[in-house]
Amino acid sequence: MSIRERLSGNEAAATAMKQINPDVVAAFPITPSTEIPQYFSTFVANGVVDTEFVAVESEHSAMSACIGAEAAGARAMTATSANGLSLMWEMIYIASSLRLPIVLSLVNRAVSGPLNIHCDHSDAMGVRDSGWIMLFSETNQEAYDNTLMAHRIAEHKDVMLPLMICQDGFITSHAIENIELVEDDKVKEFVGEYKPEHYLLNKNEPIAVGPLDLQAYLFEHKAQQAEAMKNAKQVILDVSKDFEKMTGRKYGLFEEYKLDDCEVAIVCMNSTAGTTKFVVDNLRNQGIKAGLLKVRVFRPFPAEEIAKALSHVKAVAILDKADSLNAAGGALFEDTVSAMYVNNVHVPAINYIYGIGGRDTKADDIESVYKDLLEITQTGNIENPYRYLGLRKEEN
Amino acid sequence: MTNINNTTPMEKLTPGGDIYTSGNARDFKTGDWRSIKPIYISEKCKQCGLCFPVCPDDAIPVNSECNREDFNYDYCKGCGVCAKVCPFGAIEMKEEG
Ligand code: SF4
Ligand code: SF4
Repeated sequence: MSIRERLSGNEAAATAMKQINPDVVAAFPITPSTEIPQYFSTFVANGVVDTEFVAVESEHSAMSACIGAEAAGARAMTATSANGLSLMWEMIYIASSLRLPIVLSLVNRAVSGPLNIHCDHSDAMGVRDSGWIMLFSETNQEAYDNTLMAHRIAEHKDVMLPLMICQDGFITSHAIENIELVEDDKVKEFVGEYKPEHYLLNKNEPIAVGPLDLQAYLFEHKAQQAEAMKNAKQVILDVSKDFEKMTGRKYGLFEEYKLDDCEVAIVCMNSTAGTTKFVVDNLRNQGIKAGLLKVRVFRPFPAEEIAKALSHVKAVAILDKADSLNAAGGALFEDTVSAMYVNNVHVPAINYIYGIGGRDTKADDIESVYKDLLEITQTGNIENPYRYLGLRKEEN
Repeated sequence: MTNINNTTPMEKLTPGGDIYTSGNARDFKTGDWRSIKPIYISEKCKQCGLCFPVCPDDAIPVNSECNREDFNYDYCKGCGVCAKVCPFGAIEMKEEG
């Protein structure tokens, strides 16, 4: 029997880490993810895990220590947010290119500046092309479940890529909700032991990691990473199947909520999906065919699958909790419409930048998006595809 | 594993370019990085032994009689340290060409 608890998102992530009992955790505190290494260091002090906790002096060092540990053959984890991830940036690329399956808990927060500690996805979007697998979590439960699945995905021989589990800062990380935990022994069995094929501390096979890689080779090594990222899709589905067998909780590349017969759809990630489900239910009661596509796996991007899932809708709005500041829409929007175009799906699509710097996004806001979509289905008219939700502007 | 070149397909390269053997730095010839090269003038050389310990690339071979021989241009990067240290003008730096 699973264990019923009530935990915040940070507690959920730390609890998953405790049950995984990795060899090394190296982390530096930063709001709103501070509690994760804080709780974890308590587990270390109390002797409930065997982990070597490295209290580093910066996030750059945190990621570096994880890289060293993984290259040595250990299982390493860390947690961070916003500017912490920015400081890791150099090493983030090293981790993925050296094919080290480090697992990072990213509690999403706005990257300064101006200084802000609240949730948006600008931190995650900054590393979206760095070769990390990126899973997004609507709730504390999903943050926990994604963490339990992380190593099986990242360490799979066809993948061997680092993985980050995203959850919304404060909204998810600090809100206490009900959660179902898996028993320790079951987690241990599910996650399994990490047995890398090649590692630095293997005295029978002296190896060199991270050599100079000039014009004749880097291109091919990048293509290998891209190939691994493609492989990750099937591995994620397989691991999720096994997880469902253990817990009954079903995960795919994305969640379709009343999407199959809907006319107007929203695409979004993380906690906003919860608000959107509430609005979808309300609108359905009024006879409006609203639906939601919640992206769980953002990297690898399930382009073909998303295009197919949206092919029948009459209009779609893609919500980005980070502005790409590029005059051409947010990252999720760009990926989604490009996926649709390439797969010959031509559905009117609009983009909303929302929730920047922790701006609250209420049910009314989401409802207004569906109303806009309904108008588009009636008039066929999109004046401006690049929109804001919840931005103050002078009325004119 | 180190037997790769600019025709090796991606499937034959190790992930991340990791090298799963040791002692193979000699497979990587760094001599073509050189823009100037040291010329050994053996007539002027007194075999004083000052040049070869300072070579950062171990590119001055020393034989069993403890005498230096001509440069190993596979690895000499042309830094000029040996020429600087030689008290007898037995090493001259020349433009590569
Ligand atoms: S030029 Fe530099 S690298 Fe070449 S032999 Fe002299 S000391 Fe060694
Ligand atoms: S330093 Fe000059 S003289 Fe002495 S061994 Fe080298 S080349 Fe010969």
